[in-house]
Amino acid sequence: MALLEVKDLQVYYGVIQALKGISFEVNEGEIVTLIGANGAGKTTTMQSIIGLIPTRGGSVIFDGHDITKTPCHKIVHLGMAQVPEGRRIFQELTVYENLLMGGFSQKDKSAVKEDIEKIYTRFPRLGERRNQIAGTLSGGEQQMLAMGRAMMSHPKLLLLDEPSMGLSPLLVDHVFEIIKDFRDDGTTVLLVEQNAGKSLAISDRAYVLELGEIVLSGTGAELAASDQVKKAYLGG
Amino acid sequence: MEFIETLLNGLSIGSTYAVIALGYTMVYGIAKMLNFAHGDVIMVGGYMIYLTMAGIGNPILGLAVAVLFCVVLGISIEKVAYKPLRGASPLAVLITAIGVSYLLQSTAQIIFGSAPKMVIVADLGNLTIGSLTVPYYMLITLGCSVVIMLTLSLFVKYTKTGRAMIAVSEDKGAAQLMGINVNAIITITFAIGSGLAAFAGFFMLMKSPSLSNTLGAMPGIKAFTAAVIGGIGSIPGAMVGGILMGIVEALSLTVPAIAPYTDAIEFLVLIVILLVRPSGILGKVRREKV
Ligand SMILES: Nc1ncnc2c1ncn2[C@@H]1O[C@H](COP(=O)(O)OP(=O)(O)O)[C@@H](O)[C@H]1O
Ligand SMILES: [Mg+2]
Repeated sequence: MALLEVKDLQVYYGVIQALKGISFEVNEGEIVTLIGANGAGKTTTMQSIIGLIPTRGGSVIFDGHDITKTPCHKIVHLGMAQVPEGRRIFQELTVYENLLMGGFSQKDKSAVKEDIEKIYTRFPRLGERRNQIAGTLSGGEQQMLAMGRAMMSHPKLLLLDEPSMGLSPLLVDHVFEIIKDFRDDGTTVLLVEQNAGKSLAISDRAYVLELGEIVLSGTGAELAASDQVKKAYLGG
Repeated sequence: MEFIETLLNGLSIGSTYAVIALGYTMVYGIAKMLNFAHGDVIMVGGYMIYLTMAGIGNPILGLAVAVLFCVVLGISIEKVAYKPLRGASPLAVLITAIGVSYLLQSTAQIIFGSAPKMVIVADLGNLTIGSLTVPYYMLITLGCSVVIMLTLSLFVKYTKTGRAMIAVSEDKGAAQLMGINVNAIITITFAIGSGLAAFAGFFMLMKSPSLSNTLGAMPGIKAFTAAVIGGIGSIPGAMVGGILMGIVEALSLTVPAIAPYTDAIEFLVLIVILLVRPSGILGKVRREKV
């Protein structure tokens, strides 16, 4: 059974339908990518799965639970986390406090402290800046913080909404390395990207989203080789 | 000596404003709404103190009853009047809050009549050191307020719930992504704000024993002004704004020529500060989201 099963998901903003009944699944241990142009509905998909935007039709099954109508904070407690578009770290809190917030769903205080130390080992920059106000970090550091913060809840499924956005090419490579590391450590990943080349290269499977509909799916390699994808998303 | 007395008076008025302003600013920060009925919760607290005093005669018990009642009242107001409007236009929420304000005032008038009640909380007398004479109520008000502000600051900074409050005030969606139940945080915020309003009612009755259904109206508006001066949404801002308002008030009251215009002068301070710093003294300049 799939870890995440999205069936005929429909989302509206007022009278405008942003998702026209999309279906896809993410199996345990996979990296699955949704690629699509600006405005295709990628962020809407991510936010409606995790309960931040209400759905109008369809269903979302996560780890055996029907979470279609479940409020976001409960879904997080079930083991899903998201690095939202634009990172949305808490600008006024320190790096350390942001990570603490990431561990909000964890009961054991000392385990949270240990997890934070592990994040510092993984991202030494964050350790060096642990008492710095997060709003003053560079874009790359903020992305590391957002990813570290999301991992603090030990998610089974991590949703990443355009993690490479606004980063220098070197940092983009770093971000994709981290995503692979997360997967290798046992976290299943649903990734949304405009950077189709790099994301397809690390994906087990991928879906192409166009104007609120899934128009193509396949393995990362299949999609990277498809003419349709090459023309629209790989600049060839 | 007279100047020190004036200053202490200002600090005690100001700390009362600050305690009220905390309620406005926290609710604004977290629920993004102006709780216009906040001042009237003070008045309800006043009547609870009055009832307890009339029954048992113990002011501390009166304060405890008032705090408890106001906490329940604040939570109920939020659940019944504001929660159904989550996501509605700010204007609809504001008008509802004004409606709640009138509802509380009218209910109090129906129950207790319109003639003011005298509530002698306690005859405390004055502290005299040399030529310095300070009423004890001022010192109690100041002392309690300092403890309240310190506790609240520590609570927000060092407890899980307190940090969740900061997170919700900064980004509701991101806070939910951390697993924070935003509705629960809003409830807690209303509970704290309303409990503080009861304390403010206690301070005000210690100062002047006359209690009517409009007890909270003017202090409510002034404390709201203080919250805006300090930077609405900012907890230290509410404290600074409240103290500043109190000192301006006390100073202005000592100058016979301007004393009658004290209220106007306080609101003038608001206008001047907003002209210089539109987001208030400690308010953050909002980064526009892209
Ligand atoms: N809050 C909103 N209100 C109205 N329309 C929205 C809102 N958010 C997104 N949309 C619209 O929904 C569509 C999908 O947006 P989005 O999910 O953000 O796309 P993507 O993340 O793929 O760029 C777009 O047409 C966008 O304009
Ligand atoms: Mg997007």
